[in-house]
Amino acid sequence: MLRDIFSKKRKYATISKQAEREDVPEGLMVKCPSCRKIYYRKELEKNKLVCPNCDHHHTMSAKERIDSLMDEGTFEEWDVQLTSDNPLEFPDYIEKVEKDQRKTGMNEAVMTGKGNINGFETAIAVMDSRFRMGSMGSVVGEKITRAIETAREEQLPIIIFTASGGARMQEGVLSLMQMSKTSVALERFSRSGGLFISYMTHPTTGGVSASFASLGDFNFAEPKALIGFAGRRIIEQTIREKLPDDFQTAEFLYNHGQLDRVVHRHEMKSTLTTVLDIHQSGGDAS
Amino acid sequence: MKNVLPFEKPVVELREKIAELKKISGDSEVDLSEEISRLENRLEQLENEVYENMTPWDRVQMARHAERPTTLDYIERLFTDFLELHGDRYYSDDEAIVGGIAKFEGKPVTVVGHQRGKDTKENIRRNFGMPHPEGYRKALRLMNQAEKFNRPIISFIDTKGAYPGKAAEERGQSEAIAKNLMEMAGLTVPIICIVIGEGGSGGALGISVGDKLYMLENSTYSVISPEGAAALLWKDSNLARKAAESMKITSYDLQELEVIDGVIEEVHGGAHRDIEGQAAKIKEVIKSSLEELNQLSESELLEKRWQKYQQIGSTTSVLKREESEE
Ligand SMILES: [Zn+2]
Repeated sequence: MLRDIFSKKRKYATISKQAEREDVPEGLMVKCPSCRKIYYRKELEKNKLVCPNCDHHHTMSAKERIDSLMDEGTFEEWDVQLTSDNPLEFPDYIEKVEKDQRKTGMNEAVMTGKGNINGFETAIAVMDSRFRMGSMGSVVGEKITRAIETAREEQLPIIIFTASGGARMQEGVLSLMQMSKTSVALERFSRSGGLFISYMTHPTTGGVSASFASLGDFNFAEPKALIGFAGRRIIEQTIREKLPDDFQTAEFLYNHGQLDRVVHRHEMKSTLTTVLDIHQSGGDAS
Repeated sequence: MKNVLPFEKPVVELREKIAELKKISGDSEVDLSEEISRLENRLEQLENEVYENMTPWDRVQMARHAERPTTLDYIERLFTDFLELHGDRYYSDDEAIVGGIAKFEGKPVTVVGHQRGKDTKENIRRNFGMPHPEGYRKALRLMNQAEKFNRPIISFIDTKGAYPGKAAEERGQSEAIAKNLMEMAGLTVPIICIVIGEGGSGGALGISVGDKLYMLENSTYSVISPEGAAALLWKDSNLARKAAESMKITSYDLQELEVIDGVIEEVHGGAHRDIEGQAAKIKEVIKSSLEELNQLSESELLEKRWQKYQQIGSTTSVLKREESEE
């Protein structure tokens, strides 16, 4: 696997924490989209972007997630320079990608790298739903595959935070094939004894849900996150009945035996730390 | 005319006219042989024109043709001693996927595939070839069995997609598909996948990770149906024809995108016009693939499989794009 010599250095300017977010608009004050209560942005950030009133987990950018999780100064980003080609020559596709690059300060919908969580070194991939709805095209598939492969080579665990509407339509079947590609990489990783923790956040649907997101040795999800294979509207049209409100939420999946735990964002770091700690000797009882 | 696709209407009409003339000339003293042979030449020409210039939308129609051969049609012609096996051992038997053991040229194999119905009644039983989680889990059970007894796996892909239903979600449609992708990646026996009709998104993918992926000429493989793409892109599912073109979903498109190992040609008018001939062409491909794959050790097989998937995709570097703009 060819890794660009620039991959370990972040060469391009990034937008910081203050990047605009759909449900947390820029500015001093923030309105919770769930309970409509208004907060100081600082207050919300201090609470890991969880609403103190109704517990709504606000969208976190990839960078915010990494900052809130990794020990300060330990994160090293990989493959920053990779960006979308336009294999199907889809009209306006590159323009849309570039627009989201400006909006998010990222080159694609996933940030990968390694760093420490309470001293435990781990590889990590964090998807960002603000970038093309977190959809998986060739770059997302490639970056995640490379991260898994690097984790295998360096004998690190890997944690993947998913946030994705599924496969990226503008890259057609190449997007679909990223599901296989990442899964083949995970099989290789798993065969070598690697630990994979899948952490699903809102939303994790379609092709991402039906590939690596569901393949963790541990499958966790944030409260109320939408997780599922088919879209709610399509299912309602197909079966001609209205679905319950909690359909395809993290809690719904948990109740149907699909998740190990629903983990509140305040417990995120401690839960991951426990899992990493228990596996640090590679499962060896000695 | 039964099940004639719009674009092939002129061909079918001419063919019927020739048949009619032949009948007349057989029943009477009039000699029409000159006229018949003239029309037969014309028919050949017309067939070339029509079938060599099929648009992506024509191929979509062909892939969905009511008479298009299904997995069981091919199983019957490609294998001997086929014994169908049922059930996922967790919940039920999903008839949208069939599977079992058989012999290919005298050697044991495991076969799995999506199965559409031939009529409404069978389609209801088989859920129009759209599997639930138990279908994928049955396929995986049979493939694990194949690995245990060192049999190659042949998989036929032909589905509009995994079923988008309430029960399917409750029982873990995502997990069932995901697990197959990962487990198939690690099976230590050769896996040959052949798309025979529609390759609809994740539901198709769920039994199509392997060492070789082939497509029949008039089959499709796509991330979303042309109708679905049109609805999302232009808010108008009537633009499916246009979407079929821009989404690049035909066998030749996938060959160009380097996703598949080859296109298996069909006779003029599609596989249903000559099932025996089509099966013979598929047989050759399976045979040569197995000859090649049987040479590999288990670790070589898995390494090649990884390399095959690792290279799929199209990316560039920001640095490259900025350089080219300078
Ligand atoms: Zn709130």
